[in-house]
Amino acid sequence: MINPEAKLVDNLFDKSKLAFIPTRDGYGLGLIEAGEKDERVVVLCADLTESTRSLGFAEKFPERFIELGVAEQNMATVAAGLANYGKIPFISSYAVFSPGRNNEQIRTTISLNNLPVKIGGMHAGISVGPDGATHQALEDIALMRVQPNMVVLVPCDAIEAQKVTLAAAFNNKPTYIRFGREKSAVFTTKDTPFEIGKAIILRDIKDARPSKAPEERRRVAIIGCGMLLYNALVAAEELSKEGIECTVINSHTVKPLDEPAIIEAAKKCGAVVSVEEHQIAGGLGSAIAECLVRNYPVPQEFIGVHDHFGESGNPDELIEAFGMGISSIKEAVKKAISRKTSG
Amino acid sequence: MSNHLHEEKLKKLEELANKARQLLIEELVEAGSGHTAGPLGMADVFTAFYFHILNHDPKDPEWEERDRLILSNGHICPIRYVLMAMSGYFPVEELKTLRKFGSRLQGHPEREKLPGVETTSGPLGSGLGQACGVAYGARMDGKKFRTYCFMSDGEHNAGNTWESALFAGKNKLSNLTGLIDRNNIQIDGMTENIMPLEPLKEKYEAFGWHVLEINGHNFEEIVDAAEQAKSIYEKPTVIISHNIPGKGISEIEFDYLWHGKPPKPEEGKKFLEELRTLGGKIQSEHQ
Repeated sequence: MINPEAKLVDNLFDKSKLAFIPTRDGYGLGLIEAGEKDERVVVLCADLTESTRSLGFAEKFPERFIELGVAEQNMATVAAGLANYGKIPFISSYAVFSPGRNNEQIRTTISLNNLPVKIGGMHAGISVGPDGATHQALEDIALMRVQPNMVVLVPCDAIEAQKVTLAAAFNNKPTYIRFGREKSAVFTTKDTPFEIGKAIILRDIKDARPSKAPEERRRVAIIGCGMLLYNALVAAEELSKEGIECTVINSHTVKPLDEPAIIEAAKKCGAVVSVEEHQIAGGLGSAIAECLVRNYPVPQEFIGVHDHFGESGNPDELIEAFGMGISSIKEAVKKAISRKTSG
Repeated sequence: MSNHLHEEKLKKLEELANKARQLLIEELVEAGSGHTAGPLGMADVFTAFYFHILNHDPKDPEWEERDRLILSNGHICPIRYVLMAMSGYFPVEELKTLRKFGSRLQGHPEREKLPGVETTSGPLGSGLGQACGVAYGARMDGKKFRTYCFMSDGEHNAGNTWESALFAGKNKLSNLTGLIDRNNIQIDGMTENIMPLEPLKEKYEAFGWHVLEINGHNFEEIVDAAEQAKSIYEKPTVIISHNIPGKGISEIEFDYLWHGKPPKPEEGKKFLEELRTLGGKIQSEHQ
C-alpha cells in the first residue's frame, strides 16, 4: 500500500489527473526561493540560462547572476573562489559538461577544498531523448559519489526538486544535484517529507509479517531515485495484483546513503531491485550493493543502463528500449524473487 | 602611504630572500622529493609579498580583510611554506615535515590542512578562476582587499587559464592582480618549444588586462608593479615576472632538469655553502 506518511498525490495511478513537469523546473523555483532566503546565494551559468532554468533567478537577482559563457571548467573554479570568499554558488549546466567536462576542477577546487558549491546537472539520463548519446549523462552519479565530501542528490519530481535545491543551498557541503530535461509525473506533494540523507518509503508491504515464510518469498524492495520512481510505483501496483508485494523507497540522497533504511528494507523483503536512469556501474544500485554486501547480503537486480551509450529517440521509447520501463522493472522483481534461496 | 622601498628595507628584503633560499634547500633535502627550480626562482617575489606587499596577519590567517594570495601552480609551495614560516604563520621547525605523513605541509598545498594557503592547488590551470571568484565576490560586497594569483608560465598551456583570463577581462576585475612566474621552463623542456606562449603580453592585453613586465629578482620592480596594479581601474592587471629558474644557485639556474627534483644531501650542503658565502649579497639586478 502507498505509505500515507509519504503524502503522495491523490489519483496517483490516473495519468490524466497528474501534472507532468520537468525536475529542472523545480531547480529554477528552488534557486529563487534560496535567493530570497539568503543573499549569499549566487547562480552561475555556462550559456544555458533558459534550459537550466536559471533564468528566473537571473531576472529576479541580476546582480547575483554570473554568466560564464561556454566554459564549464572555469565555472567550477570561479564558483570555488566565490564559495571560498563566502558566497553560496550554484553552477548550472548539462550534466555531461558539469560534472562531466569539469570533473577534475570539481575534485580539486570544490571537493578537496571542501567548499559549498552546488552543482546543478541538467538533462541527465537517457530521457534527454533526441539529442542523442553526447548529451545523455549516464555516469554523473558515479563521478560525483566517489569524491569525498560530495553530497549527491537525485530528486524524483519537480516538487521534490525544489525542496532538494533549497536544502542543498544550506547544507554547507559540496553538493551535486541531478535533474532531467523531460516532463515527468509529479507524484509527491508539498507535504511529502524531505530531508537530505533520509530515504522515504513511498509504498510499504501491506502486511509485514516476517514469520510467514511463503508470503515473504514474494516480497521485494524496490529502491530508486529520480523520475523512474513513478514507473516503480506503477510496477509495484501491478505486481500486487499478481500477489507480489513490493516496498518502494525513494533514495533521493545517493550520498550519504540512508543505510539503515536500505538494510531494513533488505531484511523485510529479502531481495532488492535498484532503479535509476544511469549506468548500473557506479550509481545508486552500486551504492546499495556496497551497503548490503557488508551488512545484509540479499539478491539484487539492477534497473539502469548496462554499459551502453544512449542514442536518439523519444524519451519513452528510450526508457523502454534500454530496459527501464515498467515491464522491465516487473521482470527484475520476479528475477530477484527467483534468486531467493528456498526456505 | 607610499610603499616605495627605501635603502634599508631593500637590503632587509635581500637578506630575507637569501635566508628563504637556505631554508628551502634544507626543507627539500629533508623531504627527499619536490620541486627546486621554480621555488628558487620565485623566492624574491614571495619574500617581497610576505614581507612588504601583502596586507595580512600571520597570527590570524582567516582575517576577513586580508589580501588573498592564491597560488595556482601549487608545486612551488615549498617556497610559500618557507615565507609563511618566516613571517610567523607557523614555526620554522615545521618546514622539516614537508611531504611527510601527517604533515600540514602537503606535497601540494591543501586549504583544509594549513590555514593561510587559501586554496588547494597543484593541478594546473585552476587558480586564476578561483582568484576571479574571490575577487568577484569581494567586489559584490564592496570589500577593499586585493586578490593576487601566482601562476606558472607552463600552465598557460591550459584552456582553463584562458577561460579565466576572459572572465576577468569581461568583468573588469581591477581588484585582481595576476603574477606569472615567467621562467621559460616546464617539465618537458623550454616553454617556447613545448607550446609557445609568446607574445604573452599582447595575448593578455587582447584579453582586456593591463600588463606589466618586471625582473622578478629586483625588489623595487616587484614592489612598484604591485603598487601600480592598485591604481589601474577598470582592468585586472597581470605582472609578467621574468624569473631565473633556480636563481641563487649557479648549478640549478636555467636548468629545466631541476624542475621536479630535490637536491640530494651532498648537493644541498654545496648549495647552502654557495648561498651562505654570498652572505645575503644576492643583489637586486639594478645595482
